[in-house]
Amino acid sequence: MSIVFVLLPVSVVLAAVAVGAFVWSVRRGQLDDLVTPAIRILDDEDEPVGSRASRKTC
Amino acid sequence: MTTTETLSIERRAATSREGVLCDHCSLPVPPGAVRPTDAEQFCCEGCRTVYHVLRENGLERFYEIRDRDPVREPARSSGRGYEEFDDPKFHELHVRKAGESSLASVELYLEGVHCAACVWLVEKLPAVVPGVVEARLDVRRALVRLVWDGSRVALSRIARALDSLGYSAHPAKDADTRRLRAAEDRRFLVRLGVAGAAAGNVMALSFALYGGAFTGIEDRYASVFRLVSAGFAWIAILGPGRLFFRGAWAALRTRTPHLDLPIALGIGVGAGAGTFNAIHGHGEIYFDSITVLIFLLLVGRFIQHRQQRFAGDALELLFSLTPTRASRLDGDVVTTVPIAALRPGDRVEVTAGDTIPVDGRIEAGSSDLDRALLTGESRPERVRTGDTVRAGAVNLTARLVVTVEAVGEETRVGRLMRAVEENVRRKAPIVRMADRISGYFVLGVVSLSLITLALWWRVAPEAAIAHATSLLIVTCPCALGLATPLVIAVAIGRAAKRGLFVKGGDALERMANAHTILLDKTGTLTEGRVALVQWIGDESVKPAVAALERESSHPLACGIVASLAEEGVAPARVEPGSVEQITGAGISGDVDGSRILVGSPAFVLQQPFENDHATVWVDVLTDTALTPVLIAVDGEVVAAAGLGDPVRPDAESALRSLREAGYRVGVVSGDHPRVVASVARQLGVSDEDIRGGVSPERKISIVEEYGGADGVVMVGDGVNDAAALAAASVGIAVHGGAEASIAAADVYASRPGLASVVELARGGRRALQVIRRGLGVSLAYNVVAAALAVGGLLHPWIAAILMPVSSVSVLALAWAARTFEVR
Repeated sequence: MSIVFVLLPVSVVLAAVAVGAFVWSVRRGQLDDLVTPAIRILDDEDEPVGSRASRKTC
Repeated sequence: MTTTETLSIERRAATSREGVLCDHCSLPVPPGAVRPTDAEQFCCEGCRTVYHVLRENGLERFYEIRDRDPVREPARSSGRGYEEFDDPKFHELHVRKAGESSLASVELYLEGVHCAACVWLVEKLPAVVPGVVEARLDVRRALVRLVWDGSRVALSRIARALDSLGYSAHPAKDADTRRLRAAEDRRFLVRLGVAGAAAGNVMALSFALYGGAFTGIEDRYASVFRLVSAGFAWIAILGPGRLFFRGAWAALRTRTPHLDLPIALGIGVGAGAGTFNAIHGHGEIYFDSITVLIFLLLVGRFIQHRQQRFAGDALELLFSLTPTRASRLDGDVVTTVPIAALRPGDRVEVTAGDTIPVDGRIEAGSSDLDRALLTGESRPERVRTGDTVRAGAVNLTARLVVTVEAVGEETRVGRLMRAVEENVRRKAPIVRMADRISGYFVLGVVSLSLITLALWWRVAPEAAIAHATSLLIVTCPCALGLATPLVIAVAIGRAAKRGLFVKGGDALERMANAHTILLDKTGTLTEGRVALVQWIGDESVKPAVAALERESSHPLACGIVASLAEEGVAPARVEPGSVEQITGAGISGDVDGSRILVGSPAFVLQQPFENDHATVWVDVLTDTALTPVLIAVDGEVVAAAGLGDPVRPDAESALRSLREAGYRVGVVSGDHPRVVASVARQLGVSDEDIRGGVSPERKISIVEEYGGADGVVMVGDGVNDAAALAAASVGIAVHGGAEASIAAADVYASRPGLASVVELARGGRRALQVIRRGLGVSLAYNVVAAALAVGGLLHPWIAAILMPVSSVSVLALAWAARTFEVR
């Protein structure tokens, strides 16, 4: 059972990474709008739109 | 066959059942607008424009996406020019430059955004307008963030493109406030995330420890687990948990009871005892309860915060829709500029139907002004060259040229807004019910734990401290702290669905505790427009009157025409060329071979007419505070029309239910005292509570006479009510109100009529009941826990179970509560 002494720090580090990722995403504003992205993903299409459509480069 | 064609055919198939449907918005096309030769049919020009723009740009997929969604609110083009978007002042106010490059970004509110297809369409903007780099739409806030290349395309061109797609754009005001709020929201989320992670990890470790307590666990594992739990708990306490200690400290300093006090006490004692025990290797640690407590309380506050923010966002959208542009005259050239770009001495053009944007003097033209929102006066006022006009009045009949004397904060409205802000700042936060309880709560808990300590000291001194601390920790008011925010959040959410936007959570509690409701008259009790209220005499001349008054643009005439049309009176035919307008007196003309004259009593009674009843009629009408108009046919006065501001149909029943609910109801208005008295008596308001002819400043003092922030609810719609709304305990701005009144009020009712005020009163009382019930339930749990602790029977795992169970039951209560009915 001494493996606990290895697993415990590992899990603590994992938790820290998860919290860090969460904080990072919040600070970047990724959680400011929770409604639109859910809709946006439904209508992502690969074909360029219409005749005058230009592909976005950035 | 493309999908679009299939869809068109499907839509045409519906034609036979529901008449011809618009190819853009799917609403019925009015029979007059049907063009038999065209393949596509539209209900209006706006729809036609949008449809063609979509086709030209190959964006027909819009219809496909939109038709997945059963809700159909058509977006229509307004055809505006948006020149003011290119003004340097506009850029200074709303546009952010992205460094040295020519890229710039702006946030715009869009009218008509509501569904998935809108997201798709708006974000296709870079494909429609070259030079737009990115368009990101936040569909809930109807806010689009644009990044564009200023050297390639003007902002007005982009705004016109959005408009042609059916979304009229408005600058999003107060970018700084919004950024601050976004930062606050993010901080809240971070707190929640950290607290949640800490609680989850401590819980996992506690499971091992509880398991070990029953089946045995080696000491070296147990002590490591306990120490790691302590680490997580301290992260939660020092990070997100600081909030409660800050609140408790503020409560101590200001000597007002606050729920944060017992919470901080419980957390503090638990953390101290737990850490001590963790280091010494024996005794209970309470980290599981503490971390879950912090997390749950934060969740409750977060939910409330979000609901309030949602109501705030809805109001902000409303603000941004109010125009901020004016038409400036440079010589004879009219340019649309932002109001902020105007300077004293400039000349602005105000066309009929527009709101006067500045304080100034009329340089040319004469017209009628509706000043109801500014003064509460219900009758239109005649103005001519040389008269002074105030920002906020609506120009009713003709074009005016106004020389600017004051803009923005310097205008009368601007000064009034400052008074409003002062009153809002002065408003002291109420001591909420949960906070009041918390004072006694702390006292009770501390004395109970001292008693426990004393009792156990004689029996078993080593257990005494443990039992006393465990009591302090388990009675930490988790459910108590959740009860209020959850009930308020649910109630605010449901109220918003009913069109009632509640800005602050405590408005509901204030509403329930109020004793007096004061209402404004014009626009609140009445409809705020001129209409035919009473008709005396011959009814058969109505078609002739309707026909004749159509020829006049006088506000009274417009009122008569609209009212008669509502009654279903079909206008007769006026003999062409026979109409004669007598300025300021009336109008006459030939209808069906008779000479008809409609005019003011002063004018008509001067004529050599038979007028046996006329003076009596005029007296009857003026007695009820109506404006009389006499109708003469071939030299005989046959009828009198009484014009006034009609009382809202639901006003009487609403006021009755408010009185039955125990509120004292009063009327405070800026309109003429006689008019106010007549309307108020009709609605059953007792004479001592009727105040007419009141200035905006006097309104504040009347509100204060009745008790001010101590139990007075003010309901109003105008700028003249704004300061009173802010001074009252709860200010309610009603539908159609001025921007200033909405900013000052705690609640905005977006549906016309007074039913929403009744609903708010009822909902507020119910919410308070539910809060009480929640507090009762959570106190009951605390009593059980305290009894167990005093008896020394409380194991930490019982505490760990009791706490979430009590919280869940409070949550269920809040959710099941019928505060506001949602249909």
